[in-house]
Amino acid sequence: MLFSVQVEVSLREGVADPQGATIERSLPQLGFGGVSGVRVGKSIRFDLEAADEAAARAEVADLCRRFLTNPVIEDATITVAAAEVAR
Amino acid sequence: MAPRIGVVLFPGSNCEHDVVEAMRLVGADAEILWHGDAELGGVDGVVIPGGFAHGDYLRPGAIARFSPVMGAVSRFAADGGPVVGICNGFQVLTEAGLLPGALQKNRGLKFVCTTVGLRVDSTDSVLTGSAEAGAVLRVPINHFEGNYTCDPDTLAALRAEDRVVLRYVDNPNGSVDDIAGITNAGRNVVGLMPHPERAISPLLGSDDGLPLLASFVAAAAAVGA
Repeated sequence: MLFSVQVEVSLREGVADPQGATIERSLPQLGFGGVSGVRVGKSIRFDLEAADEAAARAEVADLCRRFLTNPVIEDATITVAAAEVAR
Repeated sequence: MAPRIGVVLFPGSNCEHDVVEAMRLVGADAEILWHGDAELGGVDGVVIPGGFAHGDYLRPGAIARFSPVMGAVSRFAADGGPVVGICNGFQVLTEAGLLPGALQKNRGLKFVCTTVGLRVDSTDSVLTGSAEAGAVLRVPINHFEGNYTCDPDTLAALRAEDRVVLRYVDNPNGSVDDIAGITNAGRNVVGLMPHPERAISPLLGSDDGLPLLASFVAAAAAVGA
């Protein structure tokens, strides 16, 4: 089965996020005074061929741990869905 | 015979020639090693220089560790061979698992390019063996992601085992415990953010990098002997 995968890489809780802090400090100047808790991450999307969803999730988790994230400072949020295949 | 130092060139490295020149100045026979070659050609010491290996894509060092040369570097290090990673090279060594911890963006999101004071806190490593303990060296830094971090257990181990070899006198980037350079348990792999190869002559503002480079060449000579 083909799965559509989205990995959101974010800095771990407690790791300083200077990009997020800088964006947050800039917003009041544009009149957006109510914004707080800005965190900057990155999103990585790909398709994955796997036997079933559990296998796909296990493979993506391993891929994230070994390559897409640096576990010392980053976490991954993984979304896996059956890919819509054109027929 | 002069010890042979190999300086690894990745696509995006930009300090390799500086390191080659600096190593020659302290008596080594230095050469460039291409990242796509899976062997080291019998060198006695390896330097991973600064720059932006593989464009720093994904994270600094994240792609470089898949270069064919890194398997050979890992085996060389495991056999006790002297390895030093400077700046981006430090980032590559942490991503490759040869050194613990990680280098995150500088505190305050500031790119820093200046000369800093570095205190030699351990002379028990391939990069500090002939430096003077407690000496403060003036060495340039030039980085965005030089803010060293690690989990509390790793930090405790680094301290307990005297593996923080260099500390900033005035912390420029937010590194935990003012860490500028660390070594592995075997004391033959060192990573540091500052650039000793840019402090090799009073004409450059400082020659305080020389004792560090000379230490490394001496360690490589001991391997080659």
